[in-house]
Amino acid sequence: MEISKISEEKQKNLLSKVLEVLKTMASRPSGFIGLSILAFHILLAFLSPYLAPYDYKAIDPSLMLQAPSSEYWFGTDSLGRDVFTRTIMGGRTALTITFFGSIIALLWGGLLGIFCGLVGGKIDDVVMRIVDAFLSIPWILAMLLIVSLLGTSTEVLIPALGFFYGKGIVRVARAATHDVIAKDFIVSARARGHSNFSIIWNEIIPNVRDAILVEGAMRWSWMLLGFSSLSFLGFGVSPPTPDWGLMISNARGLMSFAYWSVIAPIVGLSSLIIGINLTADAFAKALGIDRSTKAPV
Amino acid sequence: MLFLIIKRIFLGLITLFIVSLITFIGTEVLPGDACTTYLEREAYGAALEACYKRLGLDIPAYERYLSWAYNVIQGDFGYSLSGQMPINEVLGPRIKNSMVLASAAIIIGIPLALILGIITALWRDKLPDITISTITIFAMTIPEFISATLLILIVAIWLQWLPGIVIVPTDVTFFELLPNIILPVIAIAMIMTAHMARMVRSSVIQVMATDYVQMAILKGVPYWQMVFKHVLPNALLPAINVVALTIAWLLGGVVVTEVVFNYPGLGRLVIESISNRDLPTVQALAIILASIYVSINLIADLMTLMLNPRLKSLQIRK
Repeated sequence: MEISKISEEKQKNLLSKVLEVLKTMASRPSGFIGLSILAFHILLAFLSPYLAPYDYKAIDPSLMLQAPSSEYWFGTDSLGRDVFTRTIMGGRTALTITFFGSIIALLWGGLLGIFCGLVGGKIDDVVMRIVDAFLSIPWILAMLLIVSLLGTSTEVLIPALGFFYGKGIVRVARAATHDVIAKDFIVSARARGHSNFSIIWNEIIPNVRDAILVEGAMRWSWMLLGFSSLSFLGFGVSPPTPDWGLMISNARGLMSFAYWSVIAPIVGLSSLIIGINLTADAFAKALGIDRSTKAPV
Repeated sequence: MLFLIIKRIFLGLITLFIVSLITFIGTEVLPGDACTTYLEREAYGAALEACYKRLGLDIPAYERYLSWAYNVIQGDFGYSLSGQMPINEVLGPRIKNSMVLASAAIIIGIPLALILGIITALWRDKLPDITISTITIFAMTIPEFISATLLILIVAIWLQWLPGIVIVPTDVTFFELLPNIILPVIAIAMIMTAHMARMVRSSVIQVMATDYVQMAILKGVPYWQMVFKHVLPNALLPAINVVALTIAWLLGGVVVTEVVFNYPGLGRLVIESISNRDLPTVQALAIILASIYVSINLIADLMTLMLNPRLKSLQIRK
């Protein structure tokens, strides 16, 4: 009875905390703008297949490179496809892949970091050396290698991105764990004879959760940047899937006389990345975490 | 002091050793080896065997790693598959070109970032800060390939001031290269400056809030004297490390920028060697890029050690 009441209260607290954080985030102009852009993009990703006026893969040579008109709002590309249709659908793959990638990154990076921070000693030394080594390989080289050997399917991209963007979270989670580990409640949990697992679950995670979530939100925007760079280089989404990175790379050769087919995806991708960034910043500020002094590793 | 320096260098070497293991194991564990990936459908019979022989893939993996590592330490990366020439010869001019690009961006970026960071911090939440900070957020969040593409569209195509795409041979002389690198340098310097300016800003703001600065203000130290004597030395020291990490992180962005501008540097070689499935070159590139990363960090750490009076006295007391 008592316990169920407590857990019920906990849940209510969580919900009200989420609402409170969202409110604090939206109270700043930058946070409000960020949240609105992000909400718009997420909504668009869900609704765009129903909103699209044309088929995104319908090729029509007679409509090649038409300038924007009332019929084709953003003009057509070099294969006669409607740029408006492709632009509003261009964020779906990137958003989905990077969203799940960030969750994987958060999970493995966060848990490994907490574990290393708690255990310390030899295991910690070895793991951190390996993480450092992975950090010193440029992400682009590693991602390109994986993708070129294993292919560009979603099943490869999500774990690969999740893995590569999680290594930075290991450091953050470890540092956050170090901050709480010396506190009295951990010492007393130890003294009560709790196992490592119980200490991690009940004592450490609630205290380092905020720091890790903020890091994860930041990672999301970097992962999006990385993923679109891959697409741009031709190692991400495969055609004819509409994707902003790919659209920009296809259209940029012709931009001297068909600038519209490159401007539309640029606006789409830039606004999404700026939106996620502003949201992540506002999220950090709402939780009272300053991450502006950190390097983007 | 000396002990700390040696320890840092040693840790850097260990990191490089692990990187070499990771790249070697990575290319080994992933399906296909250098020969089958390179030859693709023709990977059978005599061609495959000749390739195995040439690369020495017929001996056990650990022996191959040892001999490869031994050669790499002596500065020999072996043969590239696609060019059929020593990787060192492929790398030489590429490294030089990328160095030109990166150093130009750093020479422009670091002073600019310092100035912008200090201005935004001193005029915090006032008009200069709000304007500059908004611009930096745009500059640092927009992907390199987008800012580079926009630069080409506006400066090269619409205004026709500068060449948009670099069309020069790999072994071009410095002065022939110069007009071609202006746009790529701007593209890289922009992102770098934005990242660093933001860190300088928050570092200066942190120091401005400390007791000793408040004390200096109360003591009546003139404002600019206080800024230059008390705030900046203390604010810039921790920024060194972060700046180093940022430069290293931007290596990935340099790759993309080089591709956009068709610039004959290391970055384009990364893409070329991966498209050609030239694994020996990829391994060499991984080691080289990782060494750049490790040495930038090492230099930053050493600089912090040298410049930090607290760490010096700590060592003497010990």
